[in-house]
Amino acid sequence: MRKLIIAAAALALTAPLVSQATPQSDLEHMKKYFAKKFPGVQYQDYANGVYALDKGRRVEWEAMEEFPPYEPGVEIGKSLFKKYKVGQCFKNGGIGIKQNYPYYDSKSGQVHTLEGELMACLKRNGIDTEKEKLDYGKGKFAAIAAYMAYTSRGKTIKVDVPAGKATKIYNEGKQFFYAKRGQLNFSCADCHVYNPGVMLRSMMLSTAIGQTTHWPAYRKKWEAGGTSPLHGFGTLQRRYGGCNKMVRAKDLKPKDGKQNPSYVALEYFHTYLSNGLKINAPGVRQ
Amino acid sequence: MRKPAKLVLAASAVAMLLGATLAPMSAYAASAEEGKKIAEDRKKGNCVSCHAYEGADMPGNAAPPLVAMKARYPDKAKLRAQIYDPTKANPNTIMPPFGKHGILSDKEIDAIAEWVHTL
Ligand code: HEC
Ligand code: HEC
Repeated sequence: MRKLIIAAAALALTAPLVSQATPQSDLEHMKKYFAKKFPGVQYQDYANGVYALDKGRRVEWEAMEEFPPYEPGVEIGKSLFKKYKVGQCFKNGGIGIKQNYPYYDSKSGQVHTLEGELMACLKRNGIDTEKEKLDYGKGKFAAIAAYMAYTSRGKTIKVDVPAGKATKIYNEGKQFFYAKRGQLNFSCADCHVYNPGVMLRSMMLSTAIGQTTHWPAYRKKWEAGGTSPLHGFGTLQRRYGGCNKMVRAKDLKPKDGKQNPSYVALEYFHTYLSNGLKINAPGVRQ
Repeated sequence: MRKPAKLVLAASAVAMLLGATLAPMSAYAASAEEGKKIAEDRKKGNCVSCHAYEGADMPGNAAPPLVAMKARYPDKAKLRAQIYDPTKANPNTIMPPFGKHGILSDKEIDAIAEWVHTL
């Protein structure tokens, strides 16, 4: 009986705590968790993904950075940015603003990503995105986004999640991140919270904190498919698709010119976890 | 690539260690060999992405190594159940539910269980 009462009291105590989990407390909790798991890692270094966890890989990566493979693509992104007059759609002419995305727009009641606004901007400027082959995710589109992120290097990520609807969308993203999915039955957290540093065959898993600082990224795997300097680029949501396919879950494609709302919510939550880290896009990755 | 000869050797070493005879093993040797193939197929078992075992090629380290399986799982059915649905023993496990989610057929799981039992 006594035990039961204690259990009931404990429940009463923890229940309100759980329901009071805020974005701030989520992040604090995760920071503490990783600090314990990886005592040797400097906090800012999480922005470097697996290279923060593994010396050998870091050496290879630093060698690649001596002749950054993304530079010709960023230059093309810059000229497209000018050609399509992207600057006029954004604050500060579109320069150095990536750290504030995604953000909650109270007018529309929706979360906006930089890529979502970029696509809307191109359409508003009368660009025939289909004819110009400007698709979310890769190629010319990703190059423009990569240029915009590049101009934001060194700025500190500052994603704001106000109370109300914004928090609701954040929580949807959080739920997505922790839910098991796909035939192989993995959650994002299984790989990027519970198993960072672990090897899946020859791939080392990175930490959830720091995964969003360097997008669009330039991946060797994507580069291998073509000869254009743009081929290696992909957006964060393209990467989500890759991880989802890995576990044989469905990739959530854009529809009617808009990014999938579940991925937008995921990006909102996921980017919040990198608050306080510096933008270092485009990152070079395998 | 490991040669079947080596596999038999490894299997017999385990058998010797456990003081068992080789006879029952060779009875299902073909099936265990089949199981190894399915287990090592990237699109099928891909066990090596998480588990190390004797002779594994670039194993991951997300999971305990598969060693002395016969000693630890005298009951092969238990081993099979772990492969069929590991979420039964641990709902949060990262090991995929090969049978429950239809990743592998019942027959394929039988063969893999035979193979794992030789490790
Ligand atoms: C089965 C394991 C697995 C699951 C589940 C998984 N990932 Fe990954 N993910 C990887 C591997 C392996 C890599 C490449 C190595 C790395 O950076 O972690 C990766 C890379 C990433 C990267 C790029 C990191 C970087 O620095 O370039 C992001 C972002 C990412 N995953 C997000 C997610 C999200 C979000 C989910 C859930 C929708 C998810 N992952 C689910 C295995 C997984
Ligand atoms: C993505 C990772 C992953 C894959 C792939 C995987 N496992 Fe596992 N396995 C685990 C983990 C982690 C455990 C530890 C137990 C747990 O998580 O509940 C485990 C436990 C086991 C156990 C029990 C081990 C013991 O020491 O008692 C067996 C047997 C096993 N796995 C066999 C297999 C076989 C056979 C395959 C391929 C058909 C396989 N596993 C594929 C992750 C994996």
